[in-house]
Amino acid sequence: MRPAMQFVDTASRFQSSVTVSKDDTNVDGKSIMQMSMLAATCGTRLKIKAEGTDAAEAVEALRDIVEIKKFGEPTPEEKSRQA
Amino acid sequence: MEIKKGVAVSPGISIGKCLVIDAEDYRIPRRLIEPSQRLTETQRVRNVFKDAIEELIKLQAEQEEIEGQKMKDIFAVHLSYLRDRTLRKKITDMINAESVTAEFAVSSTLRDIASHFSKVKDTYISERAADIYDIEHRLLRLLVGGKRQDIAALKEEAVVVARELSPTQTASFNKEYIKGIATGAGGRTSHTAIVARSLGIPAVVALEDITESVNAGDTVIIDGNRGIVIINPDDSTIQQYLEYAVEYTELEHRLDAIREKPAETRDGVRVELFGNIEFPDEAHSVLEKGGEGIGLYRTEFLYLNRDTEPTEQEHYEAYSRTVAVFKSRPVILRTVDLGADKYTQSRRYAREPNPFLGLRSIRYCLQNLTMFKTQLHAIMRASVLGDLRIMFPLITNLQELMQAKMVLGDVMEDLDDEGIPYNRKIKVGIMVETPAAALTASMLAKDVEFFSIGTNDLTQYTLAVDRGNELVSTLYSSVDPAVIRLIRTVIQDAHKARVETSVCGEMASEPESVMLLLGLGIRKLSMAAPMIPEIKQIIRSVTVEECNKVARKVLGMNSERQISSFLRDAARKILPEAF
Repeated sequence: MRPAMQFVDTASRFQSSVTVSKDDTNVDGKSIMQMSMLAATCGTRLKIKAEGTDAAEAVEALRDIVEIKKFGEPTPEEKSRQA
Repeated sequence: MEIKKGVAVSPGISIGKCLVIDAEDYRIPRRLIEPSQRLTETQRVRNVFKDAIEELIKLQAEQEEIEGQKMKDIFAVHLSYLRDRTLRKKITDMINAESVTAEFAVSSTLRDIASHFSKVKDTYISERAADIYDIEHRLLRLLVGGKRQDIAALKEEAVVVARELSPTQTASFNKEYIKGIATGAGGRTSHTAIVARSLGIPAVVALEDITESVNAGDTVIIDGNRGIVIINPDDSTIQQYLEYAVEYTELEHRLDAIREKPAETRDGVRVELFGNIEFPDEAHSVLEKGGEGIGLYRTEFLYLNRDTEPTEQEHYEAYSRTVAVFKSRPVILRTVDLGADKYTQSRRYAREPNPFLGLRSIRYCLQNLTMFKTQLHAIMRASVLGDLRIMFPLITNLQELMQAKMVLGDVMEDLDDEGIPYNRKIKVGIMVETPAAALTASMLAKDVEFFSIGTNDLTQYTLAVDRGNELVSTLYSSVDPAVIRLIRTVIQDAHKARVETSVCGEMASEPESVMLLLGLGIRKLSMAAPMIPEIKQIIRSVTVEECNKVARKVLGMNSERQISSFLRDAARKILPEAF
């Protein structure tokens, strides 16, 4: 639940609307309920779309936590390497 | 139209629009509301979300910095759910689209989400379902709590349908507006039943899933004589019941006509009839119904329905008001009988696993001496105003009785020091309501002036049946051979020791049990005020000789079923209208 919260908290800082898509499902990126129900486990491909005045910054910030910081959690590959 | 059969616990007929109270720890049924109610229900949802957020912020702040970090994180997740507008919208949209109650919309929306989570293969996500259930429970608790407050502040007539009502809730009921009660749980001696009877409100309990069958605002008939509840009756049924209600009121009036006549058997044996009360206000209705005094004043009701302990002065005022109604007639005050299902549990840090066998009643008082002495001080101060008597509840051995009397002695000394007058010869007695007390009645009799048999607890402790549990409540019967034998023992031992014995349990107000009790030797009964005329009518219609015969026959029978049907037949011959 924490990664979803981090994502929602970040998305909520922006004016723009944020839509997250997985396969054919689109949800509101500012809703913890919808985001957590998307059940995006590690390795899932997500599409992030933002619309509004600060859309570019929003997408950049969200990409940052999902792709670069990876929610501050190790991926399964990293975990196995550590072990 | 749907007819439900339960247990009739308080007589009378009422027909009215119903008000339903759900239980937060029980499945919330899908219940419809009037379209005009949608706005109120959506507003309730918004309010509880706001209250829940406030609660969680407080809880989060109370967690310790380091050890509590995990808890803080959990609460943060809950908070973000509660702040999620799309969640709230999903709930309010459901209310608007389907006209369901706030309770149902909250419960079913959150349960949908939870079950979605539990289906996910990833255990990290599926375990989050527990968080969602926790959020659901918090919201429901707030919704139901608010609803209960609404009922206390009710401004129009209604009948209440609930899963279960606590003594505190029933104590706060406004008699003027609440016309009837129907509950899913409970038995004949549950506190809902006792309070309903003393308020004179028709009530039926043990209706199992009743809350799943009604919608708010449905018309409901509560038949407290036959134990029937009819949901959305058709016109002819309503008509039939209106006529029946008139007939019943006529019977009541006819009984009222014997108010001034003594409770005397046909062969001239005088029986004393007293009233059981919870509040001083009820003293008048005891007098109106022909009661000759108070046989059981349940003083613990002074503690329910409030957040702080009553002061000595509040105790004193309640008792002096009651005595004023009866002047020189006896008023028996039972000292605080808290614990078990009343009051103390919610104030404990950890619930007792077995409250009916736990720290309740006199045990609770003897461990909370300041509270106990406050009450005794007030009783003694009021003792000069009339014939007040003291009765200790749930005594199980002589030592407890001696301890209680010693505390009373201490209070008398205090009053001497303070120079306050009191009745030095106040009569002290005990409730005989445990098998232990019944079996040792001959020993206890030496140190008391009277016994009062509390048949409700005596039955539940003798038969090991929880009187409020509908799954076993059919086993509960005060005319079980085991209970009858204990009652007979108490009467015989008390007689030998010349100690007066009365019966103040529900059994005293059951028309079918009166002949048996008289036959066993009881000459003093105490009961809810509305029952006095009917019981008097029975007493006036029998002879002691007949009653002795009934008792002899019953003592020779070996099954509860045989006894109860025999007693019902015997009573039906005397007062057919009551059955």
